[in-house]
Order: sequence, then C-alpha cells, then structure tokens
Amino acid sequence: MARTETGLAADGYTFGELMVAAAARAIADGELVFVGMRLPMLAFLVARRTHAPSATGLFENGVLRETPSTELLYTMGDPANLRGATQCGSMLEVMGLLQQGRVDVGFLGAAEVDRFGNLNTTCGYRNKEMQRLPGSGGACDIACLARRTVVLLAHDRARLCDRVGHITSPGFGSGEGWRHAQGLPVASGPSAVITTLGVLRFGHDGEAYLASVHPGISVEEVLANTGWTLRVADELMETPPPSDEELQVMRELDPNHFWTR
Amino acid sequence: MTAESKLLTMRDAIARHVPSGCMVLLGAQLEQMIPFAAGHELIRQSRRDLTLVGPISDILFDQLIGAGCVSRVMAAWVGNVSAGVGYCFRRAVERSIPPRLEVVDYSNFTMALALHAGALGVPFLPTYTTLGSDLLKKNGNLREFYSPVSEEKLVAVRALRPDVAILHVQRADAQGNAHIWGSLGVAVDGARAARKVIVVAEEIVEPSVIASDPNRTLIPGFLVAAVVHEPGGAHPSPVQGYHNRDHAFFAEYHEQTRRLDDFEDWLARWVVQIADRSDYWKRLGPGRVENLAVKEHAFSAPADFGY
Repeated sequence: MARTETGLAADGYTFGELMVAAAARAIADGELVFVGMRLPMLAFLVARRTHAPSATGLFENGVLRETPSTELLYTMGDPANLRGATQCGSMLEVMGLLQQGRVDVGFLGAAEVDRFGNLNTTCGYRNKEMQRLPGSGGACDIACLARRTVVLLAHDRARLCDRVGHITSPGFGSGEGWRHAQGLPVASGPSAVITTLGVLRFGHDGEAYLASVHPGISVEEVLANTGWTLRVADELMETPPPSDEELQVMRELDPNHFWTR
Repeated sequence: MTAESKLLTMRDAIARHVPSGCMVLLGAQLEQMIPFAAGHELIRQSRRDLTLVGPISDILFDQLIGAGCVSRVMAAWVGNVSAGVGYCFRRAVERSIPPRLEVVDYSNFTMALALHAGALGVPFLPTYTTLGSDLLKKNGNLREFYSPVSEEKLVAVRALRPDVAILHVQRADAQGNAHIWGSLGVAVDGARAARKVIVVAEEIVEPSVIASDPNRTLIPGFLVAAVVHEPGGAHPSPVQGYHNRDHAFFAEYHEQTRRLDDFEDWLARWVVQIADRSDYWKRLGPGRVENLAVKEHAFSAPADFGY
C-alpha cells in the first residue's frame, strides 16, 4: 500500500511535515532559492525561520523575497507574497538569474520521476488511457538551469517509474554524461527526491539510490513501491524527524494543514 | 488639444479588436490580474479558432477551451493553480471535446523569451533551457542550433507577436498609459510584443497621476488600442491593492467542472447568462465581494521627482 501525503506519521507529525522539514534542510544559509508552490513554499519559510535566515527566495512571477510572507499562500501571486517583497520584477529577470547559474537550489513537484531523476508533468497513462497534465510551468527551466534541484512527490510505483514517458524536466537523462552531451550547464541537475517514504539521491552515474528512509518505514516498503530496482546506500540513514521548532513554524503558517495533511 | 479618449465598454473593445482566428495573450501577470471579464466577453461573443498565448492563466484558458473558443494553446501550464488540473483542457486533449485543440508546450522561460524577442523585434533569442527535454523535441518554435560565438549548443526560441494582448492593470489614463505594480510576469514584454493592446483598468485616472510616477508606467499609451474601465474584471484572481484572491471560487470551479454537463451549467451561470461585469458582481453577492476587499492598505513611500 502506497502512503500518500495525507498519512499521519509517528510522533504526531504528518508525512507532509516530514517532507517539508527534509526540503527545508536542503537550503543552506545565504543561498538563492527558486521557490515552488505548495510544500516547497513552506520549506523555504521554515528554512528562513530556522537555520537559513539569510536565504533569498525567487518566484517565477518576478518576486524576490528576503522575509517570509506572513500568511499561508495558495499561489505565489497571492497579495501576501507581494506585500513586503524586496523586489517585484519580471519573469525574465528571475529566469536570467537562473540561467546565469546564480540560483543554488530549485524545488519541483512532479507527477512522475524516473531512476535518472527525469520528471514528467505533461502527460501520463493511467489504465492505458492518456492523461493530459498541466505542463512544465517553470519546472523545465529550473531542472535545466538551477545548480541543484530537489523534487517532492508522493511515493508509489506509478509515480516512481523506471523511465518517464515524456521528459518535461530533464534530470540525468539516461545516465552519466547525458546532461553534458545535451549542452546543459556543468553545475546543474537533480540533488534529491524527497518522497512520502524516504529520500533518494544520485550516484556519479546519474542513477538514483535510497539515501534515507523515514522513521517507521522499512526498506522493503520503499523498494516495493518503486517502479525499478532501487539501489540502497551502504550507509542507509533514517530521515531525521521534524524538530519542534520546524513544526512550530509550519503550524503557525499552515494551522489547518492545508498543504501538510 | 486633447487626444481622443480610447475608453470603450468591454463589449465594444472585444467586438472591435479581437476577431475569431486571432492570437491573444492573456494571463501575462501569472496568478494576478488575469483578465477574466475580457475572456468571458470573448465567450459571449462566440469567438472561434483563437490561439491563446500565455505562461499560465490559472482557470481562464480552461474556460475558453471548454466554451469552444480555442483551436490552439501556446502555454507553459494549463490548469487550476490552487486546485490542480483543468478539466476542460483535459477533455479537449484526451477526448477531443470540443474538437481540434492543438497544444504547443512551452516552459515559462521560453514563453518569456518568445515575447521578449517579439518586443525586441528580433526573430529569436538563444537560451540553454529545454536542452534535453521533450518540449524541445515537440515544440517547433524551439530549435537547437550551434552558437556562432561560443563552442556550444543553444536553443533558438522563435519570437511571438500576438495579435492582441489583454492586460488588466491597476490604473490607466484614457489614452492607455498604465501603471502596474506587484506581479509583473511577462506583462511588459507582452504589451510590446503584441500588435495591439487592450488595457482593462481598475481605475481611470488623469494623465497627471500617471506622470507623477513614470517608473510605474509599464505600458505606454501609444501601444494601446482600447481602454476598458472594469473594476473587479480580474476576479477571481487578485489585483494588488484592490481586492484579494477568491480561493474558494477556484476550488468551486474545480468541483463544478469535473463533468462536461456540470461545466456547461457553470458556464451558463457565470458567463452566458451574465450580461456584463456589474451583473457578475451581483451574482457573487455583497458578502463575498466584501470578504475580498483589501483589509489593510499598505501604501509605498512616495518617490520625489522634484528638482
């Protein structure tokens, strides 16, 4: 049985909250962060309020923020995300920073991710019927150009598949050397995939491996819910649970668990 | 001598400037200031074979597709930002209801570059984005080429010149000189790339108000064909300083358009049976309108243009 983002983990926090904490820790202090919607938005706010007080957030609509917004956001264009912003520029300006290699980390969601970290948000097949999905948005740009990308999604066999049917946002393509051959920037590519069961990272060959499992989750459960034979790190870790401080910030910003059910 | 006013009603602006078959830029400011009132007028005037251009449009593209106005979408993302997928878009692509929808997938950056190229008057602009992606393989307006000045592959993003850009703004004068603040997205390039612009404004102000803060004039009036005074014309999307986002409306749209029949009921209730925007606001009801009002104003510090 695949767990979803709506499940309650042990010790009174949800899997959504665990994912947000793991994502927040992917941001180092002082970094320039391309912030996505939903869980990554919360992750950025948590990072800012805890270990990364001088991280700067960029949004695709042109907004640059050095202080977290004071209320829960449904979209990056919500008035609360613009009030108190340091800059409201254009999309081209923030995308230019990304292309220059100045953006340290970008967050992405996905319908499907494969063993080489390629993402599909364009079209999938369920029960052999084509399903049209919304498309790239800025995901392809972030995946191509950010120095690191971090992907968040619910863990099940259909979504973690051997190879995606459509590469909306390139990861390591078919493995080692692929990004270079495509002409993508040297310092770029997937860094982690944070799921409801664990965290995947990537070897030098571009293939994903299981780096940590969430508390209470077995390696067997992760492998059974992954659509390819997932490698496991020699020194497999347990994902550290969210700290009280991190949970406090999340619940202050999202008291009704709109994003972290 | 005073120049002739460009003020028109929404009905007249759409009738005069947005014919069937044309390419329309909508949703340039992403989740803010989406010109829903203009889109609904396109539906009421039964436009057909439109090409929609925009990075995203939240649910406006979905509505126009469901109403049968569209034969082609050139966008980075089509759906419902806070609720998920767009069911009309899915029905059109998956089941050809309504028929003949061509989708040209962009990323946000390539859409911004296409409009920037249009605004600069050049045929393309180079970028690294989309290298290795299937967007590059499938979108004919993205072409790989070898850089003439550096030893590397790049993507040429073909310029887009929409026939019309419809932009919702906070305030404009009767000539279309417009102040926009907050979420800009691709509005500035979009206005310049387009062959003509329709400005939809929350407020019509004197030219002296525009000239008091010229850095905020992001659309010069000479690009503008028509100015429509339509307060609330962006609902349910927000307009910074004027009204907030109606999150519930997006959630309701998601629930009420899952099935084709339900979408048709939704369309009748919110578009077809509505005469104009004041009628639409009546349907929303005073409680809802009041709820969306700005709760706490936050004015910027004035900039001194004195000398």
